[in-house]
Amino acid sequence: MTQRRRNWLLVAPAGVWFLVMLVLPLSVVFIFSLGERGPAGGYVPAFTLEQYANLPARWTAFKNTLVLAPLGTLAALLIAYPLAYQLAVRTDPKWKTILLVLVIVPFWTSILIRSYAWIFILGGRGLPALLEVFGIEGVRLIYTPFAVTIGIVYGYLPLMVFPIFVSLDRLDKRLLEASSDLGAGPVTTFVRVTLPLSIPGIATGCLLVFILLMGEFLIPALLGGGKVFFVGNALVDLFLQSRNWAYGSAVAFTLILIMLVSVTVYMRLISRLQNGRDDVSVM
Amino acid sequence: MRLYSLCVYLFLYTPIAIIALFSFNAGRHASQLQGFSTQWYGRALNNPFVMDALETSLIVAFVSATLASVLGTLAAVGLQGIRGPARAVFDGLIYVAIMIPGIVIGIATLIALVTVFDVINPILAAVAPEGADPPSLSMGMGSLIAAHTMFTMALVIIIVRARLGSLEAALAEASADLYATPFGTFRQVTLPLIAPAILAGFLLSFTFSFDDFIIAFFVAGSETTLPIYIFSSIRRGVTPEINAIGTMVMVASLILLVIAQLILRRGPRG
Repeated sequence: MTQRRRNWLLVAPAGVWFLVMLVLPLSVVFIFSLGERGPAGGYVPAFTLEQYANLPARWTAFKNTLVLAPLGTLAALLIAYPLAYQLAVRTDPKWKTILLVLVIVPFWTSILIRSYAWIFILGGRGLPALLEVFGIEGVRLIYTPFAVTIGIVYGYLPLMVFPIFVSLDRLDKRLLEASSDLGAGPVTTFVRVTLPLSIPGIATGCLLVFILLMGEFLIPALLGGGKVFFVGNALVDLFLQSRNWAYGSAVAFTLILIMLVSVTVYMRLISRLQNGRDDVSVM
Repeated sequence: MRLYSLCVYLFLYTPIAIIALFSFNAGRHASQLQGFSTQWYGRALNNPFVMDALETSLIVAFVSATLASVLGTLAAVGLQGIRGPARAVFDGLIYVAIMIPGIVIGIATLIALVTVFDVINPILAAVAPEGADPPSLSMGMGSLIAAHTMFTMALVIIIVRARLGSLEAALAEASADLYATPFGTFRQVTLPLIAPAILAGFLLSFTFSFDDFIIAFFVAGSETTLPIYIFSSIRRGVTPEINAIGTMVMVASLILLVIAQLILRRGPRG
């Protein structure tokens, strides 16, 4: 048996699995999105763009996702960065690993259980009750966009901290000393040296969080209470309640398209940003 | 800055602590502490629905993580020697598997399999021997395992490939020079060196499958996994029993995570 044939044999089972469980299902979604809804739900073969023309009916779900996913990503970034900086640059190496692991551990426990904890905290007897003690009454937190944003930041913070930590940890600390020796203040050093060098970490963190948020279902389902819903919630409704497979497929396919386009544009922007920086450093 | 970090850690751990705290609540109201008790743990462990769901989740996680580790490792090893367009296509598939949201994977698998089953089942019924119950395919544990394996296999390939990439080619060449067969080289040189990565991949796959809600929600058919049970219970109202289950699940995930960490750290020594 030649080396070539052996390699193909090794890859074949995984390849077949991907074909049956990934390529076939995604193709079916695309084909169904061009079809029509059956009289009792399900799908009837057709070739029409009618489902796509109907997309505006679910505009709110798309709008919420496209507003809250970037907003949640940004909020997670703003909260994660100082922590990653503290861990990577200012922490005694002895404690670094354990402190980093403490950030990541929650991410590997069920996001379902962690999100549901916030129902307690933001619900009527949680924070609002505490605020009433201080004389602030009538605050409603649960089932608001705020609750969903908190849930997002809470759920995905570890995923944001990790890549930023890695890029800051790799940063040669002598660069910071050199910058300060050359008379730069801490702020200038941060803006001109630290921040530009951590862009790869920021870019990776934002990308990971954004991708996961685009398909989010649980957080809005638990903390949005049917008032703040994402495309994911619309999809559950379309496939499991109203059984409108053709329209649901069009919504799912549109979601994938939006993700592909935004991720591609984003990657271009990031690589341009980095190339720009390289040019400056050459000068 | 230290104070800030402390606040973030509080933010990360307070919700988890609250769940654990309320799981020991004596009263039945989920949001009022009424003394210490472990009764909810007893109730959860004696609830047949919880135990059934746990069993399903464990089976699915174990089988899919095993399949993913084996097939993923084989593919990662095979991919090393494949170049050109075929390689690009395969890398593209891994990328798509990781990037497509779980919810879309769930939906796509559901409608594709249901459609395929609708075609196959009448054929099975036609060819089945007279009098016997014709076999019939439906959504259930099989489809769930297949869907989880698809995703976690992509994870394993990425993890194992990173490890393979860091190995020195000289090792395999030396082994070949010493007249080892390709299989002998793989078994005695490569496999021991990538074993930590495979095991870590297995544990991550297991955790993913065990915690997954959204894919299972679509493809589990009439089966109930633990996350599905928890989700539908929350919909009916929060009880201390759910807190007890949640606490146990989190502790179990933690133990697995620690094991994975220990294995990966011992890795470099082989």
